[in-house]
Amino acid sequence: MNKEDIELLKEVTETLTDQSEVYNIRKNGESIKRKSSDYINIVPKEDKSGLDIYVKENTLFGIVHIPVIITESGLTDVVYNDFHIGKNANVIIFAGCGIHNEEEKTSVHDGIHRFYLDENSKVKYVEKHLGCGKGSGKRVLNPTTEIYMKKASSMTMDSTQIKGVDDTIRITKGVLEESTTLEISEKILTTENQTAKTIFDVELNGENSSVHVTSRSVAEGSSYQEFASNITGNNKCYAHIECDAIIKEEGKVKAIPEIYAKNVDANLIHEAAIGKIAGDQLKKLMTLGLNEKEAEEVIIKGFLK
Amino acid sequence: MLELKNISFKRDNKTILNNINLTLEDNKFYCITGPNGSGKSTLAKIIMGLVTPDSGSIIYNNQDITNLSVNERAKLGFGFAFQTPVTFKGLTVYDLLKIATGREINKKEACNILSKVGLCAKEYVDRELNNSLSGGELKRIEIASVIAKHPNLSLFDEPEAGIDLWSFKYLMEIFKEMNGTKLGTTIVISHQERILSIADAIILLESGMIKEIGNKDTMMNTILTNDCPKGGSNE
Repeated sequence: MNKEDIELLKEVTETLTDQSEVYNIRKNGESIKRKSSDYINIVPKEDKSGLDIYVKENTLFGIVHIPVIITESGLTDVVYNDFHIGKNANVIIFAGCGIHNEEEKTSVHDGIHRFYLDENSKVKYVEKHLGCGKGSGKRVLNPTTEIYMKKASSMTMDSTQIKGVDDTIRITKGVLEESTTLEISEKILTTENQTAKTIFDVELNGENSSVHVTSRSVAEGSSYQEFASNITGNNKCYAHIECDAIIKEEGKVKAIPEIYAKNVDANLIHEAAIGKIAGDQLKKLMTLGLNEKEAEEVIIKGFLK
Repeated sequence: MLELKNISFKRDNKTILNNINLTLEDNKFYCITGPNGSGKSTLAKIIMGLVTPDSGSIIYNNQDITNLSVNERAKLGFGFAFQTPVTFKGLTVYDLLKIATGREINKKEACNILSKVGLCAKEYVDRELNNSLSGGELKRIEIASVIAKHPNLSLFDEPEAGIDLWSFKYLMEIFKEMNGTKLGTTIVISHQERILSIADAIILLESGMIKEIGNKDTMMNTILTNDCPKGGSNE
């Protein structure tokens, strides 16, 4: 890795260091560095590009980094990573992709991540996507995340895409069994003529399963965003979906809520709010000494924090 | 010294403020009172620059500030507590207090400011300024954001509205301290007798005009015997 690679990698996963216990670094479609531990084993797939990550039962405080960087213009990188989380294991996974494109061809990364959470396991999944470079070639990221949760497991997913990605289709699917909890927080900023489409598809199959999705997005320039959620309650369950978007300039945001209760004890809520920055918010910060532009920046930074 | 000269403001063809002339001295505590719709809030907003008057001028320490923006007035040392506090998704109480003080205060300093408004600081400093906070809590944080700024001229728009008796006790202590230290001019829009009673001067507005200005002894009698106050509309 050269200096630019290291900087890009650092932007994707700030927490990855030489001392990190378990990691796989992927650059331009190939794994370039990998490390497993006694408790967490990373195995390359034989039939396609990607990894199987096995977290042993009862693993505590496991930390895994699987960042991807792409610096080759015109590359389409497709990767399949499967996470097998053993019973009672507790693990934090840092993923994400940075595309640096200095040329005119489109660079694409499609990351298909599947999580299989065994009973009573706990996962925190942190994913960061960004694009950079001065080339006219697009930076395209299409993450697909599938989450299969067994009894009493829980997962928190923090997903951030704050700059430089021209087009993205982000698909997240969840299948939840009894007493499971899934919390998803998504933050997206689009500018210029970028597009971002997010789809959440969650099946609440088990009794007392719950999902909470918080999506905060800002669409600037003439960018376009679409947020679609499709939540089905098949049992006594709880879902709360919050989609908040700020639009600026010619930005456009479309929210498509779909909640389907198939059980009388399913309690499903969808809230969506789209609008420009409230005038009162700007005025309040201006009474504290910020000018309008500074106030706007503070509001957006806080909103996407 | 703050001078308002011939300030008038109309909205939807209704007169909200009609030729207001007022001089407010440094380091004094003023209350502006009057019936609903008399123009009190509009007058406070005009002083802060949140509303632009149709005519007239505002002079502060011999400088014409009529055309200064809200943040320019804030930089001159003006502070404004909104009647209805503004909520923010993502911004915390700590963030707001850092902006208010204009520097990177530590959490202990933030907690000290919150303690002044009677909030058990550790529980609040990292809370998001959203509707998970009660109206009374938001109101106290709003007041904290103004006192954190140490303004030369503070405006409070009905600070007592929406707070409980317990919070009111802290509010009175803050105002008494501001009045006692004489470190700036305080202007409070209020209907509350206890707040009016600590003012150096009370300004009674009626139908967008100043009906009377006087000390608390003379004014309290006027206010209490004013049996048919006339308000305007769209205050």
